[in-house]
Amino acid sequence: MALAFDEFGRPFIILREQDQKTRLRGIDAQKANIAAGKAVARILRSSLGPKGMDKMLQGPDGDVTISNDGATILEQMDVDNQIAKLMVELSRSQDYEIGDGTTGVVVMAGALLEQAERQLDRGIHPIRIAEGYETASRVAVEHLERIAQKFEFDVNNYEPLVQTCMTTLSSKIVNRCKRSLAEIAVKAVLAVADLERRDVNLDLIKVEGKVGGKLEDTELIYGILVDKDMSHPQMPKQIEDAHIAILTCPFEPPKPKTKHKVDIDTVEKFETLRKQEQQYFDEMVQKCKDVGATLVICQWGFDDEANHLLMHRNLPAVRWVGGVELELIAIATGGRIVPRFQELTPEKLGKAGMVREKSFGTTKERMLYIEHCANSKAVTIFIRGGNKMMIEETKRSIHDALCVARNLIRNNSIVYGGGAAEITCSLAVDAAGDKYPGVEQYAIRAFAEALDSVPMALAENSGLQPIETLSAVKSQQIKENIPFYGIDCNDVGTNDMREQNVFETLIGKQQQILLATQVVKMILKIDDVISNSEY
Amino acid sequence: MPIDKIFKDDASEEKGERARMASFIGAMAVADLVKSTLGPKGMDKILQSTGRGHSVTVTNDGATILKSLHIDNPAAKVLVDISKVQDDEVGDGTTSVVVLAGELLREAEKLVTSKIHPMTIIAGYRMAAECAREALLKRVIDNKENAEKFRSDLMKIAMTTLCSKILSQDKEHFAEMAVDAVFRLKGSTNLEAIQIIKKPGGSLRDSFLDEGFILDKKIGIGQPKRIENAKILVANTAMDTDKVKIYGARVRVDSMTKVAEIEGAEKEKMKDKVKKILGHGINCFVNRQLIYNFPEELFADAGVLAIEHADFEGIERLGLVTGGEIASTFDNPESVKLGHCKLIEEIMIGEDKLIHFSGVAMGQACSIVLRGASHHVLDEAERSLHDALCVLSQTVNDSRVLLGGGWPEMVMAKEVDELARKTAGKKSHAIEAFSRALVAIPTTIADNAGLDSAELVAQLRAEHHNEGCNAGIDVISGAVGDMEERGIYEAFKVKQAVLLSATEAAEMILRVDEIITCAPRRREDRM
Repeated sequence: MALAFDEFGRPFIILREQDQKTRLRGIDAQKANIAAGKAVARILRSSLGPKGMDKMLQGPDGDVTISNDGATILEQMDVDNQIAKLMVELSRSQDYEIGDGTTGVVVMAGALLEQAERQLDRGIHPIRIAEGYETASRVAVEHLERIAQKFEFDVNNYEPLVQTCMTTLSSKIVNRCKRSLAEIAVKAVLAVADLERRDVNLDLIKVEGKVGGKLEDTELIYGILVDKDMSHPQMPKQIEDAHIAILTCPFEPPKPKTKHKVDIDTVEKFETLRKQEQQYFDEMVQKCKDVGATLVICQWGFDDEANHLLMHRNLPAVRWVGGVELELIAIATGGRIVPRFQELTPEKLGKAGMVREKSFGTTKERMLYIEHCANSKAVTIFIRGGNKMMIEETKRSIHDALCVARNLIRNNSIVYGGGAAEITCSLAVDAAGDKYPGVEQYAIRAFAEALDSVPMALAENSGLQPIETLSAVKSQQIKENIPFYGIDCNDVGTNDMREQNVFETLIGKQQQILLATQVVKMILKIDDVISNSEY
Repeated sequence: MPIDKIFKDDASEEKGERARMASFIGAMAVADLVKSTLGPKGMDKILQSTGRGHSVTVTNDGATILKSLHIDNPAAKVLVDISKVQDDEVGDGTTSVVVLAGELLREAEKLVTSKIHPMTIIAGYRMAAECAREALLKRVIDNKENAEKFRSDLMKIAMTTLCSKILSQDKEHFAEMAVDAVFRLKGSTNLEAIQIIKKPGGSLRDSFLDEGFILDKKIGIGQPKRIENAKILVANTAMDTDKVKIYGARVRVDSMTKVAEIEGAEKEKMKDKVKKILGHGINCFVNRQLIYNFPEELFADAGVLAIEHADFEGIERLGLVTGGEIASTFDNPESVKLGHCKLIEEIMIGEDKLIHFSGVAMGQACSIVLRGASHHVLDEAERSLHDALCVLSQTVNDSRVLLGGGWPEMVMAKEVDELARKTAGKKSHAIEAFSRALVAIPTTIADNAGLDSAELVAQLRAEHHNEGCNAGIDVISGAVGDMEERGIYEAFKVKQAVLLSATEAAEMILRVDEIITCAPRRREDRM
């Protein structure tokens, strides 16, 4: 414990209630942290690659999630250890930034930590290891830049994009219909992409799921899907060339926000008030009708009378539409969200070629399709699947695929996957290490070895002999001086990743290496852990 | 110093073999639970709820049983989930899907213990499932063109579905009812138009299908009990005190006379409203909300039948069947669509009076009145009938049918076996296992009927060796027989859904190599 002595030799206490705290210092602290980080990485290691296994997670409320997406697993794991939480953060930031490779980054960090432990045992100072890692990661990133290739595609020929998305999806449970899902993802991204600026706003792609049907029934809707139905059961179920009024005011009598009372003390007042009320409803509906709306979408509820009036005037309406959906509808149809009936004008109406209600299955589930919108920038991916878990997992997989497609549009440099990039980096780093005098050399070599652990895990998960396969591929790369050889996970019969069409985005890979190095550096720099001891 | 604890206190983590074991065992336990309800001679389960009153349900519907279970095992939850989806999507085969998934996992367990990697098993299962589906597709019968034959197909499917339920005694009667009801729907799968009314008393045989619409409500006092050529206004409007809806309005008066005046005005307003309603030229008025005595009296005076407090569903259905629109304002009577029906009368079922609308404009809707000895019987009868209706309505859309009685399983098993022989590599073990799992279904059906399953299945297998054989297990006579002759048919859509979702669920569970259970959320101590 931290004890200090004043000039008279009396001990005094630095930490408050220090007898209730546990403290780890120096090498012990580093070892403990490394062990925790490794433990997290070990959990994810078996999920890496196309033949990776899933994890079943039971949440605090008993709900079950089955996933092999690194970020999801870690998020739901509810870890308690500080360092483990850092690893969770690591995977999450990869998810936010790139959207794919969340498992790989954690496995990489775990391997770096493992190597660091070995160097610590040799007596190398943690800061020197950290510096060595830093240098090595720079070498690796530069090397990746050098070997990266341009990836050619355009809007009409999006086949290469589909291939990439298929690589991403092949490690997920949905790989049964990866082809169709990849196509859906690519089409969705291309639909919302701004190819001039090379930017994709993924917010415009809404991913909806509904339990039931087959995975094959998953579809891409060029428009919006709203989980609502018409407010009156007898309104038309299909509207062509809809002019949509998007309202955020209820079809109800006005409710002034200031406190007030309307006193009724005579029969006349009673009568006038009644008249006014009726008129009010009439006016509301009339206004919508006047501007030429053929469909009303409202964020709030309808009064019974108003509802009937709408029905009566042949003005179909949808009520209780959520704020987010409302915004999406507004974007897609090119309409404006109108907060007051008085402000309705024909220009503010949204336009859609087709609005229809569709029912599913035997239970009364209905969804509203808004298609052929004026501004077709918003699309919806509608996922069907056997059960809720399947749909959730499909959603996550589609998200990954979307991110990959987006990254390629942003920056079309690619490196080859299947561990090929890691192996070539490992070789480059190893070679670079010899040039550095001093202790860092060891750390750089350790980094190279850590890079090998990704292809090693891939081989292991695919049921191959890890060491044998890795050394074979490595020697092949050196011999032919081609950085495209990787682990043949799917047992296709060739190591050439170009032939197998397995590649990843350059930024994704670089990000993985940089993020993993950063976190490991952070962990290595901790030399004192003070925590509240339990009980 | 190793840190082995990265999770919270109560969390647990199971890895590798142990995790797989835990999920296999959980899934198999659930499958075994519902196994004994499979087939025409399946047994029922009693479910007692933990809620107030400890209400009891007697059922052999797989989805209902599983829905009521409180399960902790995550893998078991997956199975419960697929059965629920099966129920939502096709309505029947909820037990079969769980039993098949359970059998697939049981076979997978054996393979895993003999050191075959789960991924290899999954690959094999996938190939097998695809091949099995192909096999079924090759043998489907489609009688869409021939209306008469199609109807008889539907009858047979309905009887096959019902024969495993409580209604099996009167399956012909109920099958007829179900087929009639579904035919009225004319291809829509919207089962809302078929109303099921349960009235205790009488026997199941007294249940009947009514072509009209039955509303479980009473006619107001002093109003006609029978109307011919009724013009109906279906409404959703306040007929108690029509409040002023403007927010914050209130009555404040300073003398008794004024109160009386306002009361008078209110009455006048109501009178106006009634007058307007009557202005539509109707002789029947159905409202979703309450009708107070005063307006009721006014209606009675005008000789109009007024029905109050018909619930949302009743109103919607009534609107649907009579072709009237649900009105809330009454200012322009000329444009409101009124509902029509030939006859409204009060009828007695058992001891209850119901209102019967017959000769309605839209022929889609109909009501089925179920009679039975007790609530439990009626509930179960409703579930069974619902299953049959679901299957039939799906079959109307997808008219492909198959033979039943274990015939499809044997056909699939045969094809899958062939595939196993042709496939090289470890996958063939998994494919073989798939075929064994398929055969487990007829085995279970025979077992549940107390027959010698080993003998029967062996016979069946031999029969199926011949091309184009129609043999299946006839549980009633306890022998292998020609399913076409016995008229045992099943819907292709149901079988396909069973096959695909069971495979999917098994695959999902197989892929898991680690189970992490989070610490349960702490409840606020209310004890």
